[in-house]
Amino acid sequence: MRRAALVLLAAAALFVALTAAPARGDSTPRSALAGRGAELYAENCSSCHGIAGAGIGAPSTVHGVGDVAGFGPSLRGVGALAADFYLRTGYMPLRNPSVQPRRSKVEFSPDQIRALVAYVASLAPGPGIPTPHPARGSLSEGMSLFVQNCAGCHQAAAAGGYVPDAVAPPLGPNSPRDIAEAVRIGPNLMPRFSQSRLTDAQLDSLIAYLLYARHPDDRGGVALGHVGPVPEGLVAWLVAGVVLVGVCITIARRPA
Amino acid sequence: MIRAIARVLEERTHAAPFGLKALRYLFPDHWSFLLGEVALYTFIVLVGTGTYLALFFHPSTAQVVYHGSYAPLDGMQMTEAYRSTVHLSLDVRAGLLMRQTHHWAADVFVAAIAVHLMRIVFTGAFRKPRELTYYVGLTILGLALLEGYLGYSLVDDLLSGMGLAIGYGVALSLPFIGANVAQLIWGGPVPGTADFWSRMYITHVFLLPLAIATLIAIHLALVASLHHTQFGGGRRSERRLVGLPALPSYAPRSLALMFTVFAVLFLLGGLVQINPIWLWGPYHVADGTNGAQPDWYLGWLIGALRLMPAFDVTILDYTVIPNPFWGGALFPSVVFGTLYAWPSIERRFSGDRVRHNLLDRPRDVRWRTATAAAFLSWVLLIFMAGSADRAYILFGWSYETQLQIYRVLVFVLPPVVFWLTLKICDELRRNEEVERHRHEAEDEARAAANRV
Ligand code: HEC
Ligand code: HEC
Repeated sequence: MRRAALVLLAAAALFVALTAAPARGDSTPRSALAGRGAELYAENCSSCHGIAGAGIGAPSTVHGVGDVAGFGPSLRGVGALAADFYLRTGYMPLRNPSVQPRRSKVEFSPDQIRALVAYVASLAPGPGIPTPHPARGSLSEGMSLFVQNCAGCHQAAAAGGYVPDAVAPPLGPNSPRDIAEAVRIGPNLMPRFSQSRLTDAQLDSLIAYLLYARHPDDRGGVALGHVGPVPEGLVAWLVAGVVLVGVCITIARRPA
Repeated sequence: MIRAIARVLEERTHAAPFGLKALRYLFPDHWSFLLGEVALYTFIVLVGTGTYLALFFHPSTAQVVYHGSYAPLDGMQMTEAYRSTVHLSLDVRAGLLMRQTHHWAADVFVAAIAVHLMRIVFTGAFRKPRELTYYVGLTILGLALLEGYLGYSLVDDLLSGMGLAIGYGVALSLPFIGANVAQLIWGGPVPGTADFWSRMYITHVFLLPLAIATLIAIHLALVASLHHTQFGGGRRSERRLVGLPALPSYAPRSLALMFTVFAVLFLLGGLVQINPIWLWGPYHVADGTNGAQPDWYLGWLIGALRLMPAFDVTILDYTVIPNPFWGGALFPSVVFGTLYAWPSIERRFSGDRVRHNLLDRPRDVRWRTATAAAFLSWVLLIFMAGSADRAYILFGWSYETQLQIYRVLVFVLPPVVFWLTLKICDELRRNEEVERHRHEAEDEARAAANRV
């Protein structure tokens, strides 16, 4: 009986340690996973995000990217959501705090990412990682939503676009999870879309459309990147123009 | 047999003198004289494919709900104009081939005219007695730009709508009369009334094609009655045209060129995608896409709109000249105005009032070549500025920095090009001179050797 009570007590203590750690921040013990994450964090991230994710803000010499004042924003409360997105896309660790994060080679193994995510999530309560279900979405609803909410930055066929001082990247390489995360985070200049602006069901449709838009119904021959007239003009001049001038030169040559 | 037909025709038309003249008409041979012909054959493709499209396109702004074969658009609200274009692209036999060929032909048509124009300017072909031919040609170019813009706009996809919104802004920006002009054309604020679509449609499929065809006829009649120009040298002189007669030599070549133009345009139309409107979706007033661009031949206007710093002319609270005026209205007026005025300007400066049938080699009239090259570089730079956003995405060059560089280059590059062109002309002529002296010396040496 006493043994049983002891085991129960131990289990309860462990449970409390595991679940309470995120809520209480740095000083409380945390899971082994988050512990490994803390080491990785200290090595790779603290130079910009500060001790224990407090951020290195305004009175610093560097002006960060977007609306970040300083080396890096606080990570308290960004949750597993942001950590997972920024690490799996290779956005973090950033090289230069005043340059927009871009999709790049992921430097950590999946295990290390899980550890870092657990650590960032343990700093303060924050949103978790979403699980989208694009199969439930509707293509045409997704297309409308995309044109209304996203095409102004990411271009109508998601081929990417220019917004003042930043690139809205092409969305070809994004997995459903990336998209769901980006929409709920609003990285850099991108606005955050909350549940009230875009429900989970709408998000599923949006993702379904983006998955489709990677390889859309491409009738009409070789696609020129789906970015409209600029490459088309190049083809008109460099293909049709060069061929036709060549033909003119050939035809005008008088047989000797 | 042929003789019999000819006799029947001749008895009824008395056309033999014209026919014989046409058959003996001489075509001087230089490849650059064929560029105008390329434009002509492209125009034929435009009319042919355009007619096919008109059989299926509905120029209507009635709101409908799409239930066609393209799933991502299913259930979407759109105008009948857009719906019928998607339908003709995806569900009508040969519809997409015709639409794409039409669009490629439009891109190539303007390109061919532009290159033809450069040839005319750089060789002084516009000089007396051919000024009228030149003005008619320029007018064709201007109308072709408008025609292309209307075609791009009629479809009412996302890009059309954004293009029209920019056009509306430019119309509004005309000082004093802007609001009235915009009202007159659009019939109301963007996206315009149903009447506006009727106006665009009749202008695109009837008025402008008719005007362009008529001007082409006048252009060709003028070319024929004044005869072609030619480069000097050999037996060629101001009074003596050297070339190939239409039959048996020239007509087959011309036909070959025509069929090549048809082949290139239809191959592009069949093999290379252009303006996949089903991906853009229909236009609704609040929507937009990043990096919307016009077709290449209006890129210079977008470039000018982007390069112009934010700057309005205001008197008290009243904006007399809003910003789009500079890039959208003043800039093209300056470019076309300069081109129209060029023959008179040149005559005034050179005092040359003689008739010319021989062309200048660009290197021989160095100041004209240099001026034209400088002007061309100026327009090209502004044109390139129009795609600065694409360059940013592709190469990561900062957009703002690019614009600043362009703003400086617009003033710096033309003089540099002017100076460089002068140097190149001089260099080319000096080399020729050296070459000629060498030949003379060789001839003399040979003659001397023979004498010995
Ligand atoms: C060179 C400095 C730098 C380094 C090193 C760095 N970051 Fe960042 N981080 C930034 C900046 C700047 C931003 C803001 C980016 C933006 O808004 O576009 C950011 C944003 C983030 C965000 C999103 C915050 C939010 O508000 O949503 C997370 C999560 C993050 N970083 C995690 C990490 C992790 C984990 C590491 C270590 C592997 C790391 N960062 C390394 C500078 C840095
Ligand atoms: C105001 C412009 C803007 C709007 C509107 C916008 N985005 Fe973004 N988006 C951005 C920018 C800028 C980035 C790059 C973020 C960074 O570098 O940190 C981005 C990044 C993303 C990414 C990550 C891309 C990658 O692989 O790097 C996704 C996915 C994304 N956006 C999806 C969307 C969707 C879906 C919508 C519409 C619901 C949307 N965005 C609306 C500007 C925008």
